[in-house]
Amino acid sequence: MELTPRIIKNIVAALKRTQPNEIDCGDCFDRLERFAEMTLAGKAAGKALPLVQLHLEGCRDCGEEFEALLDVLRGLGGQEQTRSITAT
Amino acid sequence: MTELGTPVPYLAHFGQVTFRLTVHSDNRPTVRSNEAWVTALSPPHDPGALDDLRSELVRGLRIMLASRVPEQAGPLAEDFAQDAMMQILASIGSFRGESRFTTWAHKIAVRIAITELRRKRWKDFSLESLSAPDSHAPRPISKESELPSPETQAVQANTAEIVQQLIVETLTEKQRLALQAVMFQGVPLEEVARRMGTSRNTLYKLLHDARLSLKHALEARNLRPEDLLSDVE
Repeated sequence: MELTPRIIKNIVAALKRTQPNEIDCGDCFDRLERFAEMTLAGKAAGKALPLVQLHLEGCRDCGEEFEALLDVLRGLGGQEQTRSITAT
Repeated sequence: MTELGTPVPYLAHFGQVTFRLTVHSDNRPTVRSNEAWVTALSPPHDPGALDDLRSELVRGLRIMLASRVPEQAGPLAEDFAQDAMMQILASIGSFRGESRFTTWAHKIAVRIAITELRRKRWKDFSLESLSAPDSHAPRPISKESELPSPETQAVQANTAEIVQQLIVETLTEKQRLALQAVMFQGVPLEEVARRMGTSRNTLYKLLHDARLSLKHALEARNLRPEDLLSDVE
């Protein structure tokens, strides 16, 4: 398998990012909705949830799902969902 | 408000029930608090809440799918929303209230949709197709990039050889295979995990251990990743 400069760069960048304590995809998934809302609200999501930030930077799959969730939330306009129940 | 009564076959597994949909004049579904959602979606399920959730999920999935599979966005959104409904109802007790309920629900729907799209895209991939890395083979520069200077090419080739050697000498067979698939070929974790008979989480941990081993091996050679990074940039 040819190691192109791009692949080498990706591997080395991944090694640079690697920390002894990282969360796995399941733990990231459990926190993703909170991280997404904080991101859209312009809050420091990475500071509040640094392990989620680290995981998303290194896990392409979770990163893709996170971006897709942001697309959904932005597309739906980030409408406030906590109004009181309307009478039916 | 307009009331509609229509049999909803996509919810047939809940029994043949006619749901009454209540809509506002601007066609928005009823808006609920997190607590109201959880109560309405816990047994016995409120039909109106089920329908509102399904509509919400379809709206979100259509947005997501429009940029990925535009020609199939509509039908796929309906299918994925149905699957997501099942998972959401089954795991309603795990909602911790750290976000809006609908954000949590959309997260589940997005995961289901993307997982299935990946499965279709990678259905022909096999682990056997990965060739073993040959640490002694020359490493030509890829034609896809502009050729750097001869000096840079030499440095890049040296870096590639170091990384290749570390992979062969440091990693287990399983780690090397996973690294090749995920990092070299760009295969999604879920797809590799399925073929290796393991879970996505376990595979992530396997790769994490591999990265740690490679990093330690670099350090044993008095090298840091950032040193090599500057060589390949």
